[in-house]
Amino acid sequence: MDDIAIELRGIDKSFGPVHANRNINLTVRKGTIHGIIGENGAGKSTLMSILYGFYQADSGEILVGGRPVAIRDPNAAIAAGIGMVHQHFMLVENFTVLENVMLGAEDNQILNKGIAKARSELKRLEREYALEVNPDALIEDLPVGLQQRVEILKALYRKADILILDEPTGVLTPAEADHLFRILAQLKAQGKTIIFITHKLREIMAITDEVSVMRRGEMVATRTTGETSVEELAELMVGRRVLLRVEKGDSKPADVKLAVQGLTVKDSRGVTMVDNVTFEVRAGEIVGIAGVAGNGQSELLEAIAGIRRATSGSVHLNGRPVDVTGHADPAELRSRGLAHVPEDRHHVGLVLKFEESENAILGYHHDPRYSNGVFLNIDAIRKDAEEKIGKYDIRPPNARLKTANFSGGNQQKIVLAREMERDPDVLIIGQPTRGVDVGAIEFIHKRIIEMRDQGKAVLLVSVELDEIRSLSDRILVMFAGRVVGERSPEATEGELGLLMAGVEGRKEAAE
Amino acid sequence: MDFFHVLIVLLESTIRVSVPLVFAALAGLFTERAGVFDISLEGKMLGAAFAAGAAAAVSQSVWVGLAAAVLVSVLLSLVHGYASITQRGNQIVSGVAINFIVAGATVILGEAWFRQGGRTPALVEGARFQIVNFPGADAIRDVPVLGPIYADLLSGHFLLTYVAFAMVPISWWILFRTRFGLRLRAVGENPGAVDTAGISVIWLRYRAVICCGILCGFAGAYLSLAMTAGFVKGMTAGKGYIALAALIFAKWRPVNVMFACLLFGFLDALAIRLQGAPLPLIGRVPVQLMQALPYILTVVLLAGFIGKAIPPKAGGVPYVKER
Repeated sequence: MDDIAIELRGIDKSFGPVHANRNINLTVRKGTIHGIIGENGAGKSTLMSILYGFYQADSGEILVGGRPVAIRDPNAAIAAGIGMVHQHFMLVENFTVLENVMLGAEDNQILNKGIAKARSELKRLEREYALEVNPDALIEDLPVGLQQRVEILKALYRKADILILDEPTGVLTPAEADHLFRILAQLKAQGKTIIFITHKLREIMAITDEVSVMRRGEMVATRTTGETSVEELAELMVGRRVLLRVEKGDSKPADVKLAVQGLTVKDSRGVTMVDNVTFEVRAGEIVGIAGVAGNGQSELLEAIAGIRRATSGSVHLNGRPVDVTGHADPAELRSRGLAHVPEDRHHVGLVLKFEESENAILGYHHDPRYSNGVFLNIDAIRKDAEEKIGKYDIRPPNARLKTANFSGGNQQKIVLAREMERDPDVLIIGQPTRGVDVGAIEFIHKRIIEMRDQGKAVLLVSVELDEIRSLSDRILVMFAGRVVGERSPEATEGELGLLMAGVEGRKEAAE
Repeated sequence: MDFFHVLIVLLESTIRVSVPLVFAALAGLFTERAGVFDISLEGKMLGAAFAAGAAAAVSQSVWVGLAAAVLVSVLLSLVHGYASITQRGNQIVSGVAINFIVAGATVILGEAWFRQGGRTPALVEGARFQIVNFPGADAIRDVPVLGPIYADLLSGHFLLTYVAFAMVPISWWILFRTRFGLRLRAVGENPGAVDTAGISVIWLRYRAVICCGILCGFAGAYLSLAMTAGFVKGMTAGKGYIALAALIFAKWRPVNVMFACLLFGFLDALAIRLQGAPLPLIGRVPVQLMQALPYILTVVLLAGFIGKAIPPKAGGVPYVKER
């Protein structure tokens, strides 16, 4: 049994009525990369939080290196040689790299004494694992890829032999993700054990040795990665067969519905977020905007939707100008045939404390179908909501339920149903499947294609490159606020990745 | 030379009125850097001033008075800590509640115990702080320029005054050069980072709150044991809020805090000085306007003069482990 790093036996955990983990058994072999895959809410993060001492299991046993250990808090986990790289980095942004690495492992009451030691230890780790980072840089000045590296260094500094990475690639560019994979391979070669949590099947296939699948709080299967397939894993995750590729016919672009000309947007600090962007979207086509989060896609979407003022440039909707630099009004835009599915459904798309039926008409409450100008017609609103619930398979099918009680995927469907059922001419969608389960993704993608086939102009923004490639008829890549290239969906991932990292784009712009 | 004399007097009284502000603002610095917003500096200072006045009057000892001030202020801090750290309550509501309770309780207890309309008995020598005179202060007072600076500006203050200004570099050192300070600043920015590093967020924040209590205790003791000889109801008169303003104005940095407090103190001293005196070009200014000057300045400065003050990121937010 020498080659077992971690064994979990019968782990069970409930949060009130929610049974997050049911009788979980898991064995992770030493010196391997073990993937844990499952949909959102399958209980992966809960399980790892138990392993890291963030929560206590209601019952069950944890064995590290064959010996049972009680992990009551992160301290005990660190002592047992377990380190964790969290999905949302646990870094203090206005501290230096060195300070972040030292935090909690300072050795001395007075900082000066420990700093020199920490610095030389950090140097040694950097050399040993090829993890270069300037120890005196402030975290907030580092790109996310490097911030993640600091998290890994933090764990190694605490002498972790077992590294847990929770959804580590969500914030990375494809190139950064590849770099991370190389680092992980290097760590594995040095004898470290890595637990890799993700919901992306491709990553599991790319780097893991073994993979365990979770579904609804249960561990449903463990496979050797080389002996399984994406299709099998997807089926295990969802519990039924899923179509991973969206079926779509050729697009039939017609008239220009949305024309954006020289659009520039600055944020409140005067920093240019969108820089002289020009493109058009025709009826019956899907234009996808690819890019790493934070390269101006959000601001572009908001400016077109009339939520954010543009500094200069113009937008034409159905051939008529929109006052994007002045008083563009989201309500007016909606009445002119623009529907907007915002990127952040929790803060912009929904009022989580409202009933489902209320959210289903949010922004359209003046419609004579729903109100007579003073009072809302509650019966009509509920009846309408129930129709949408049926059509979009929103679960649980209860229009009176508080929106916060729906899962992410179903919340997203509520927003999509509201916007798509208005029969708009132009549909702009931000991150249609962020935090959405594989099963719901399939449904949402189908609906977006249907909208296209009905002759709508669709503008799609997503940080998921796979999504952009499988849905779009044309792909625009944004980097640092500019559109740095247009590609067909047949472009390779590597080609798009270079554009997203700003490498190809600069060359192209120079020519 | 007359102008110089006026300036020395003005600066001397600036220092005198700045002391409670320095103590209170540094107190706020400790909790707010740890992510617990504290609007109850005012209440703690008032409670401490009352405790100091009452205990010193009964015991006839200034040290018993100081100890009582610190004790009461720390206890009030722990109440705020319990509400906002353990129970994850709203920190503003908890702070306001403490301010109200103390404002009422000091008057009721004062009247019940001493029957002087909410005052505590006037303190005699030995039960209050005495002026500390530096050696040779009187001898060199007549030396031009340097004499008055040494004798009137540097010498001739209360012990607590020197403690207050010594606390500025000490606080800086604690916050930026010790392990406790590193963790304290971290917990105010991202408590998750502290928790995952295996450090207790709750215990760390409680310690920060206790530091705040001790310093507010000093501020209160200064009011009733040094500045005046006994407690008078409502004697903090908004100093806790001014200290809070100074803290924001100083962008939560210790040395800036001291200068901000001196600036507010200077305005206060100026207001006292200019009462009733006609100003050139403007003429006689109503007393009320002069007294309002520090507050008006607070609003003006905070409204945008100082650029963006970025508070500790986790400030005001109770820590709940994320699911």
